[in-house]
Amino acid sequence: MSRQAAHPPSLAEGFPDLSAMPIARQAHWGRILSAGAILAVLAGLIHAFATGQIAWKIVAQFLTVPVILHGIADTVIMAVLAMALGILLGTIVAIMRLSPNPVLSSVAAFYTWLFRGTPLILQLLLWFNLALVFPVIGIPGLWTGRAVDIMTPFLSALLGLGINQGAYTSEVIRAGLLSVDAGQYEAAQAIGMGRMRALRRIILPQAMRVVIPPLGNEFIGMIKSTSLASVIQYPEVLHSAENIYYANSRVIELLLVAGFWYLLVVTLLTPLQMMLERAYARGTVRPAR
Amino acid sequence: MNRPLLAIRNVRKTFGSYVALDGVSLDVMAGEVVCLIGASGSGKTTLLRCVNQLARIDGGGIWLDGALLGMRERAGTLHRLSEAEIARQRLKTGMVFQRFNLFPHKTVLENIIEGPVQVQKRAPAEAREQAMALLARVGMAEKAASYPAQLSGGQQQRAAIARALAMAPMLMLFDEPTSALDPELVGEVLAVMRELAASGMTMLVVTHELGFAREVADHIVYMDRGTVVEAGPPSQLLLAPREARTRAFLSAVIA
Repeated sequence: MSRQAAHPPSLAEGFPDLSAMPIARQAHWGRILSAGAILAVLAGLIHAFATGQIAWKIVAQFLTVPVILHGIADTVIMAVLAMALGILLGTIVAIMRLSPNPVLSSVAAFYTWLFRGTPLILQLLLWFNLALVFPVIGIPGLWTGRAVDIMTPFLSALLGLGINQGAYTSEVIRAGLLSVDAGQYEAAQAIGMGRMRALRRIILPQAMRVVIPPLGNEFIGMIKSTSLASVIQYPEVLHSAENIYYANSRVIELLLVAGFWYLLVVTLLTPLQMMLERAYARGTVRPAR
Repeated sequence: MNRPLLAIRNVRKTFGSYVALDGVSLDVMAGEVVCLIGASGSGKTTLLRCVNQLARIDGGGIWLDGALLGMRERAGTLHRLSEAEIARQRLKTGMVFQRFNLFPHKTVLENIIEGPVQVQKRAPAEAREQAMALLARVGMAEKAASYPAQLSGGQQQRAAIARALAMAPMLMLFDEPTSALDPELVGEVLAVMRELAASGMTMLVVTHELGFAREVADHIVYMDRGTVVEAGPPSQLLLAPREARTRAFLSAVIA
């Protein structure tokens, strides 16, 4: 489109040309006042904690003791394994949920209902006490064992956390699958793909972009949920901290130690998530033509 | 007379109580271009989707290259084919969608070799070579590494045509290929389709572009309310329609 001529003959009088006049900077008095108030409150809080009855030296001393380090390692291992199990189950259940087969979709809905509908700590206790229901477990004819020996704190925590996570993850992944345009599935079919290949090659990669941010949320939740496994004697970091303060009565100091480690792990996850998001953002960026 | 490449006989398709196709019959000979015209809701897109088995017919039969699609006759009863068998039959047809439906997470080149490599199990290097030749044919060679979101609608549709051609189909189906395009981009897509028709490809095209239909089609089929009202060569159907409904539609479209 061509630019308008500089002075068309018919512009009305009384509207001066302001294009040469500078625009003054705005003073944001409200912002300055509220920022000052918030900083004052924060300073007060920091002072309170610094002078409160917390032996910071003890916090520093226990921050890196081997029991705590083992604890945080066990926390991370459990969170990663349980999340992997959760994503595996969640993907399978989400695909089942969207299946045209009514039995598959109902079973998937039932699984989600059951494991989202009961407290995680209750599920952990049930897995740990499975021996009370089935004294002997195994694959009939192949291998059997006593449930008390098999359902170690590790395996109970993995099954409890992973299966519970699968119920939540399935809904996240289902939302991702639903976010992909139906035309994508038709286009995949039109080039001769079956349902499973279309899911794997075309639909799931596009769903990932939608799924990763909430999944990052879920993983952060999982890191903290591992602390519940302390009730079934899994030696994660909170369990280790508790064991120490039962002996030395430094309750607050050791809780702060555990809190520090949780925060650190969660902080390290953020750049990891950003890398994943970038990897699955293929084709969505829109550089200039 | 030769056997038609595509034979549609008395096909019915219902969605609940709504009858989308009410006994449609149609022949397409090898090398022919047939354009389906009609108001929206007349069933022309549904018919195309039934040929590609994206929709399942509820009665009648469709034969492609002599083979009954989607069903098998056994002892006087028709049995539906399995999903894998249907997927294999689909390889004989290429589909171009109104909304392109390119895979947004893959480059243009990856879009085109996806079917040949993943479904037809062809060697990636050979598939890539063929894809580049097809892209040159639709004037998109320099966009091979672009993602669909970086392309105009016309470029996306030309890439989608190349993707369908890469499977070496014997019949190309076009579902309103220019309806989602800005007016200035329609011409480039029609030019590719014209070239394809001239090369001898058999094409069944749902379109609102009567100019294209008049110029390229061997037959035009006018559909209304799930039935074929009238079919004939462009000169007859567009200029001297026999049916009152055809006349009414044409005067409404041209006016």
